[in-house]
Amino acid sequence: MTTSTLARRRTEAIVDCDIHNAIPSGALRPYLPTRWREHEAAIGMRGHQGSVYPKGSPGGNRADSWPPSGLPPGGDLDFMRQHHLDAINVEFGILNCLSGAGSQLNPEFSAALTHAVNEWQITEWLEKEPRLRAGIVAAQEHPDLAVAEIDRMADHPGFAQILLSVRTTEPLGRRRYWPIYEAAVRHNLPIGIHFGGGVRGNPISAAGWPSYYIEDHTGMPQSFQAQVVSMVCEGVFERFPTLRVVLIEGGFAWLPPLMWRLDKHWSRLKSEVPHLTRKPSEYIRDHMWFTTQPMEEPPNPRHVIEVLEHHGAIDKVMFATDYPHWDYDDPDRALPPGLAKETRQRIFSGNARELYGLV
Amino acid sequence: MTAGSATAPSLDQPPYAGPVIDTDIHITLPDLRSLHPFLERRWRDYLIESGTKSLESTLYPAGAAISAAPQWRPPAGGTPGSDLQVLRSTLLDPWRITYGIVNCVYGVPMIHNEDWAAAMARALNDWQLAEWLEPEPRLRGSIIVPLQNPELAVAEIDRIGPDPRFVQILLPARSENPLGKRRYWPMYEAAARHGLAVGIYAGGSTGNPITSAGWPSYYLEDYVDMAQAFQAQVISLVAEGVFAKFRGLRVVLIESGFTWLPSTMWRFDKNWKGLRREVPWVDRIPSEILHEHLRLSLQPVDGPEDSDQLLQAIRHLGSEDMLLFSTDYPHWQVDRPEDITPAGLPEPLRAKIMASNATATYGRLR
Repeated sequence: MTTSTLARRRTEAIVDCDIHNAIPSGALRPYLPTRWREHEAAIGMRGHQGSVYPKGSPGGNRADSWPPSGLPPGGDLDFMRQHHLDAINVEFGILNCLSGAGSQLNPEFSAALTHAVNEWQITEWLEKEPRLRAGIVAAQEHPDLAVAEIDRMADHPGFAQILLSVRTTEPLGRRRYWPIYEAAVRHNLPIGIHFGGGVRGNPISAAGWPSYYIEDHTGMPQSFQAQVVSMVCEGVFERFPTLRVVLIEGGFAWLPPLMWRLDKHWSRLKSEVPHLTRKPSEYIRDHMWFTTQPMEEPPNPRHVIEVLEHHGAIDKVMFATDYPHWDYDDPDRALPPGLAKETRQRIFSGNARELYGLV
Repeated sequence: MTAGSATAPSLDQPPYAGPVIDTDIHITLPDLRSLHPFLERRWRDYLIESGTKSLESTLYPAGAAISAAPQWRPPAGGTPGSDLQVLRSTLLDPWRITYGIVNCVYGVPMIHNEDWAAAMARALNDWQLAEWLEPEPRLRGSIIVPLQNPELAVAEIDRIGPDPRFVQILLPARSENPLGKRRYWPMYEAAARHGLAVGIYAGGSTGNPITSAGWPSYYLEDYVDMAQAFQAQVISLVAEGVFAKFRGLRVVLIESGFTWLPSTMWRFDKNWKGLRREVPWVDRIPSEILHEHLRLSLQPVDGPEDSDQLLQAIRHLGSEDMLLFSTDYPHWQVDRPEDITPAGLPEPLRAKIMASNATATYGRLR
């Protein structure tokens, strides 16, 4: 670690809504029953294959995020404290553990793995570091198994949300997923939908499989858009009026145009969706939160401020770094100049503190 | 009709006093039988023997309000967009359209038999020529191609492309594979050879889900989600280097909306800074490439009610060359005639949108 990193400690505390804790090789074994330990050794993880987009760096990690201990980036709590939490003054951090556990083709294995990940998160992260919160991972394509896991974990105060990935088998508004929302509401936990997935057989674009990682990454908002459209149009927020959804690592500048597009076409086609009692954009403003990273950076930074005005819900935008990944946003540089002080404070910490009840 | 009620665009007032080029007029087959005279015997027999009744896509269900504005429905009934006389009397004449580019969106992309797809494309192009372009000199055509087989697509472009009344080749946004892929490049080479633009229209159905998260439940979702397919195509065309290879190529997104494009460009530009080693042929920042090569038809405007915000969204495009006026005839996109173009556009920009951006885009309109 360079001294300049430590010297950069900020005075303004932030809530970082997207930190990735990585599972070191073999770390889940103590949390898996023998039957599934043997299964993991013999067969291992199985998702749909065919979504191979090597990133620009090993694991998509920052070159400086490899801990001296030999553990993977994001896999060493002590190093994360120095390199990230202390260095940029993270008051609270939300861990989003991306492991593939929740999207296994074998449903029973998926359930066992997600339970192991959650137990590992409690022991290795939440009970050791009071600044951290985590998302409950769950077998998202098997809502009965997901709900059982959520019910087992939800009372632990370290869990701040239920974590799903954005590339799903079906759009998340469809009824098969509603038991997960019912559980979220029952436990007063938001649903976090994170960048990624793509191992469930659907091509990653509506026009098939692109060639390059730059397309995979640049195209990810398409999946977020599909989920927003689906959750609104299916009436999820009519059925669950207290449900809160957080879209993580999808950016947000595409959101106001999508709200306009939805409202416009809904006004002509609303007879098809009579279960909607309000304009689509109103559900979005009331029920959906967005994390900033990767912050869109137009040539004219003023345009980002206009986008925030178009959205019209400044209480729903929350800062995130995506530590330790390559496309990390630096809190000193990510937000456009010219934001009102109160808006900056809301984005950096106030909104997340309110949403997740962080005290 | 009373003020404030939903009405179609007024028929007697042109939306603009200067030249107007409408870059998106939909023409529709009255029914599959009207294609019979243009099909080779083998395929006519095939349609009859198999009992194939229609290959209409479900993008515009016949009964849905959005599918035709009331005053653009043929008075005698029948399929909206299928009657040249109605098109003349309700759009070309009263709106003083200089040129109208017609797009026939039919179910060719949903066919899996490549020879049949090629036969259907040929017949549709010949029908378009005989029934629309020949009798009406203000109209310009779009070449339908069997995208299933790029070799057959090139053959069709070379067959019909020399006719100067065709101004572009027409590809679906929901293609089987992203349109930047190299297998499609011979089509772009053929387009360049004949001085044709490439139009990408809202539609297509190849079996891929309409979203990257699977199939949604409602038609409203299909309609809104179409913008995602366009985003994928824009990213693909740049990332694969199509514009580095075909320097003069112009790609026009038809019926795509446009307010989603700035955020796509911003994200793409940022990623390019970090990932360009993966695509070394992308030798300029993506937004600069798109400003030069990409154009979008105006309607349906996926914008806000607030006209100041809409003007901001148009400025976010970062270029005044990109938008091309369109009505999206006969689809019902606006209630008030004055909404067919955004309010408050500065006059030089309005003139560009109404005609000169289109003439700069389509070599054959000059």
